[in-house]
Amino acid sequence: MDTFAQLVILTFAAGTPLVFAALGELVVEKAGVLNLGVEGMMLTGAVASFIVTADTHSPWLGVGAGALGGAALSLVFAVLALTLLANQVATGLALSLFGVGLSAFVGRGYISVVIEGIKPLSIPGLSDAAIVGRLLFGHNPMVYLSLALFVAVQWFLHRTRSGLLLRAVGESPASAHAIGHRVIALRYAAVLFGGACAGLGGAYMAVAYTPSWTEGMTAGRGWIALALVVFATWKPWRVLAGAYLFGGVTLAQFQAQAAGVAIPSQLLAMLPYVATVVVLAIISRDATTIRLNAPASLGKPFHPE
Amino acid sequence: MRIALEARREASRAAIVLAPVLATLATLAVGFVVFEALGKDPIAAFHAFFIQPVATRYGVGELLLKASPLMLIATGLAVGYRANVWNIGAEGQLTLGAIAGGGLALAAGDARVPSALLLPAMIVAGALCGMAWAAISAWLRTRFNASEILTSLMLVYVANLLLSWLIHGPWRDPDGYNFPQSKQFTDAALLPNLLSGTRLNAGLLIALAVVAMAWLFIRRSVWGFEMRVAGLAPSAAAYAGISSKRNVWLGMLAGGACAGIAGVNEAAGPIGQLLPSMSPGYGFAAIIVAFVGRLHPAGIVFASLLMSLLYLGGESAQVNLALPSAVTGLFQGTLLFFLLAADVLVNYRLRVVGARPATP
Amino acid sequence: MSRTTRRMTLATMAACALALALPASAQDKGALKICFVYVSPISDAGWTHQHDIARIQMEKKLAGKVTTKYVENVPEGADAERVIRDLAQSGCKLIFTTSFGYMNPTLKVAKQFPNVDFEHATGYKTAKNVGIYNARFYEGRYLAGIVAGKMTRTNIAGYVAAFPIPEVVMGIDAFTRGMRSVNPKAVVKVVWTSSWFDPGRESEAANTLVAQGADVLTHHTDSTAVVQAAEAKHVYAVAYHSDMSKYGPDAQIIAVTHVWDSYYTHVAQTVLDGTWKPDHVWGGIKDGMIRMGPFGKAVPQDVRDLERKAEAEIAAGKLNPFTGPMKDNQGKLRLTAGQTITDDALSKMNYYVEGVEGTLPSGG
Repeated sequence: MDTFAQLVILTFAAGTPLVFAALGELVVEKAGVLNLGVEGMMLTGAVASFIVTADTHSPWLGVGAGALGGAALSLVFAVLALTLLANQVATGLALSLFGVGLSAFVGRGYISVVIEGIKPLSIPGLSDAAIVGRLLFGHNPMVYLSLALFVAVQWFLHRTRSGLLLRAVGESPASAHAIGHRVIALRYAAVLFGGACAGLGGAYMAVAYTPSWTEGMTAGRGWIALALVVFATWKPWRVLAGAYLFGGVTLAQFQAQAAGVAIPSQLLAMLPYVATVVVLAIISRDATTIRLNAPASLGKPFHPE
Repeated sequence: MRIALEARREASRAAIVLAPVLATLATLAVGFVVFEALGKDPIAAFHAFFIQPVATRYGVGELLLKASPLMLIATGLAVGYRANVWNIGAEGQLTLGAIAGGGLALAAGDARVPSALLLPAMIVAGALCGMAWAAISAWLRTRFNASEILTSLMLVYVANLLLSWLIHGPWRDPDGYNFPQSKQFTDAALLPNLLSGTRLNAGLLIALAVVAMAWLFIRRSVWGFEMRVAGLAPSAAAYAGISSKRNVWLGMLAGGACAGIAGVNEAAGPIGQLLPSMSPGYGFAAIIVAFVGRLHPAGIVFASLLMSLLYLGGESAQVNLALPSAVTGLFQGTLLFFLLAADVLVNYRLRVVGARPATP
Repeated sequence: MSRTTRRMTLATMAACALALALPASAQDKGALKICFVYVSPISDAGWTHQHDIARIQMEKKLAGKVTTKYVENVPEGADAERVIRDLAQSGCKLIFTTSFGYMNPTLKVAKQFPNVDFEHATGYKTAKNVGIYNARFYEGRYLAGIVAGKMTRTNIAGYVAAFPIPEVVMGIDAFTRGMRSVNPKAVVKVVWTSSWFDPGRESEAANTLVAQGADVLTHHTDSTAVVQAAEAKHVYAVAYHSDMSKYGPDAQIIAVTHVWDSYYTHVAQTVLDGTWKPDHVWGGIKDGMIRMGPFGKAVPQDVRDLERKAEAEIAAGKLNPFTGPMKDNQGKLRLTAGQTITDDALSKMNYYVEGVEGTLPSGG
C-alpha cells in the first residue's frame, strides 16, 4: 500500500509540468490562437525562475518570475501573430527555437548554482499519517497550485462572462467583433496567460521537480503539452486526466523495468506516445464532440476591418 | 493617431521581394547591437555568420547539402499545409524513410547489387515507408477523426525509439563492439558525389526534381487546384464537392514521401550508415522553411538555403569567435521573426489613421 | 524617425560591405592550436563538463605553448564531419573528438588532413593520424559498488541507465560485483531511460527505484537529477562523471569521476615534441583517468579503508573487477576461477552478471 501511495504521488509529480503548460495552451486555443512555442516558453520560465530563486533565495519569487518570463516570451508571439498577422504555426515554431536559445544564453552564468527548491509538503500528523493523509497532503505545493489553476480555468471558461466571450472569440472572431468586442485584445490576454502557465510549468521543473538549471532541461515536455490539449479535446478535466495518464504510463514502464520485465526499453518507452494516440482515436471517433469542442477559428489570423 | 493595417486587394509584388530584404536588415541591426553588447566585433561576427561558411567551394557544397533535406521536406509539407492538413511529424517520417532505405542497403550488404538498381530501390522504399508512417495519421484522421497534429507529433517519438531499438539491437554492426550503429553502407548504396572536394551529392538533384514536380502539381493539376481551394475556403470547397478526405490523404502522403526520401538521402549521403539519430531536427526546421517560403516551391528553395546558412553560420561563429551555441538559436529565431513579421506587407499596407479605425 | 532608420540601414549595409572585404581571422603563430568537439553543451556536471575542465587545466599547464577552442552541442551525424573539418581547416593541429558517434566522421576528415593529429574518445578505429582513448570507468564502478554494498540496508541498489551499450553494461556489472564482494545478498535493479539527458525522466526513474526498495542509487545518464532525487528521498547516491556532492550533500556517498587533464596535457606535449603517435589508450585508476570522488559524511571509516585498499590493489594491478569465477545472471559460467576477462570480451560485454535483476533488453 505504501508503494501505491508513492506511485500516485510520483504520477502527480510527473504530470504537473504538463498540467500547467497544457491548461495555458488550452485557454490560448479556446481563443482561436495556436501557439506552438510552448517548449520555448517553458524553458524561458524555467530559466527565469531559477535565476530569481538563485539571486533572492526565494523559490516562490522564482515561480512568479517564471510566469512573467513565459508571458514575456509569449508577447513576442502575440505581436507577430495577432498584430502583424504572421502565420501562427511558423511563428510558434520559431518561438520555440528562440526560447531554447534565449534560455540557454541567459542561463549560462547559472548552470553551476545550487538552489534550495520547493519541497513536498510535510505536515506532521497529516502528510505522514495513513495512506489517505499521504495522498492528500504529501505532494509538492506546486502540485496544489496546478490543481488550483485547473479549477480556475474550468470556472473561468464555463462560469464567467469573460470565459464565454473568450470561447465566442475562438468560435467566430468576426461575429464577436461585429457586436463590439475587442477580439485582438482578448486574444492578447489569452496568449499572455498561456505564456505565464507554460512559464509556471518550466518553473516547476527548475525549482521544484529537479531543482537545477541546464540547457533544454524540459526535454520536450512542451510538445507533449501541446499534444495533450488536442488529446483533451479542449476540455480542462481531460487535460488533467491526460497529463496524469502520460506521467503514469511513463512511470509504469519504469516500474515494469525495475521489476525485471524483459522488453527492450525503447519499445517500452514508446508506450506513453502510443497510448496517447490510441486514446485520442477512441475519444475522437464521435465527430460531433470534436466539432463542438474544437475552436472553429483555431490558427486562423483575424484582422478587424 | 495610430498605425493600422489595411488589406490590399492583391498581394504586392514589390513587397514580396522587399519584405525579406527588410527582415534581413532588421536582423542585422539587432545582431549589431547584440554582438556589440557581447563584446564581439559585429562586423567580424557577421563575417563569421554569413560570409565565412560559404567562402570556399567546400562551404558552398555544405550549404547545398544541408539545404537539400530542408527544401525536400518543406515542399512535401507545403502540399498539405495549403489544404490545412497539419502534418508536423515529418521528423518521424524522415526516420522511417532512413530505416527503410538503410535497411535495404544493409540487406543488400556485399551482394554486389549494382548501384543503378539499389539506389532507386532505396529511395522508393524510403518514400513508401515515409508515406506509410504518414498514412497512420491520415487514416486516424479520416477514419477516427483524430487530429493529425497530435498523431503525427506523437509518431515522431515512436519512430525515433524504433530506430534506436533497431540500432541498439537487431541492426547493430556485429563487428562494432556492440556500439549503437549499423554497418557502413557499401559504395553501391551511397549517392554519387556532385561536386568534387565537397560532400554534395545527388540528393540535391532529387530535391530539386521534387520541388519542380510539386510546382507542377500545385499549378497544373486539378487535385492541386482543389487542395488550394480547400485551404482557402473550406466550406466553398465542400459545397463544390471537393473531397476533404482525399485532401487529407494527399497532403499527408506528399509530406511523408518527401520526408522519407530525405531520410534516405541522409543515410545514403553524408552519414553512410544508420545511427540512433539521423537528423538534427530537419523535420521541424522544414516547417519553418515552408512558411518562410510562403508555401511556394520557389520561396521554399530560397528559405531552405537561408536556413542552411544560419546553421552553418552558427557553427562558424562558434569556431571563429567562440560565440556560445545558444547565440545561434537566438539569431535564427530573430531572423525568422522578422521574416514572418515583414510578410504582413505582402497582403496589407500600413496606414496612419485617426483614433477610429477606417471603415472598409 | 525616418532619418535614424536610414542611418541604421546605411550602417548595416556598410557593415555588410566591410564584412565581405574582411580577411579570415588572423591566427597567432607559434602556439599549438588544440580543438575540442563536444556532443552536448558544457554544463555543470557530466561527460562534456569533465572534458572541458581538462581542456582548461591543460591550457594552464602548457600556458603560452598552446591555445584551445571548442565547439559544443555538435550532433552525432551528418554535421559532425563538417565541424571537425572546419576546425582542421581553421588551423587546429590537434583535435579531440569526445563522443563515440564522431568516430567515422573523424576518420573521414583525418584522411583529408594528414598533417593534423586526431584523438577520438571511446571509439575502436585508429588510423595513421587518429589515436583513440578511453577510461576504465568500470574500475571506479567496482569501487563505488564496495561502498554501496556496505551502506545499503535494504540490499537493493537502483541503477538509472540510458542505453544498453557495452560501456554502460560493464559499469552495471562492475558495480554489482563490487557490491556483492562485500555484501553477497545485494541485488541491483536497472531502469533504462532511453535518453542520455532528460532530468525529469531520470528523476522519475530514480523515484521508481526507491519505491521498489532501493536505498542506494547510481546513474549512467548526463544530469544531476538522480543524485538530487536521492537527496530528496533520503537515500544514498553514487555520482557518475562528476562530483555532485553539492547537489546531494547528504546523499552522495562517493563519486566516480572522469579526469582527462593529465592525458590531454601528455598528448599535447608529445605533439609539441613531435613524438605523437596514434595510440590506443585505455587507462584506469592507475593512470589517474578515473578518480574516486569525496566520500559522503555518512560513510564510516572502516568502509573508507576498505575502498582505499581495493583502490590501491586495482592501481597495483592486483585486483580486477572481472576475475572468475563469474556467472551471468542466467547462471551461465562466463569466467572460470582465477580467469580474468580480456579487453576484447570486456568491450563487447552484453550480459548481466549474477546479482543484476532482469534480462538485458537488447542483449544477444
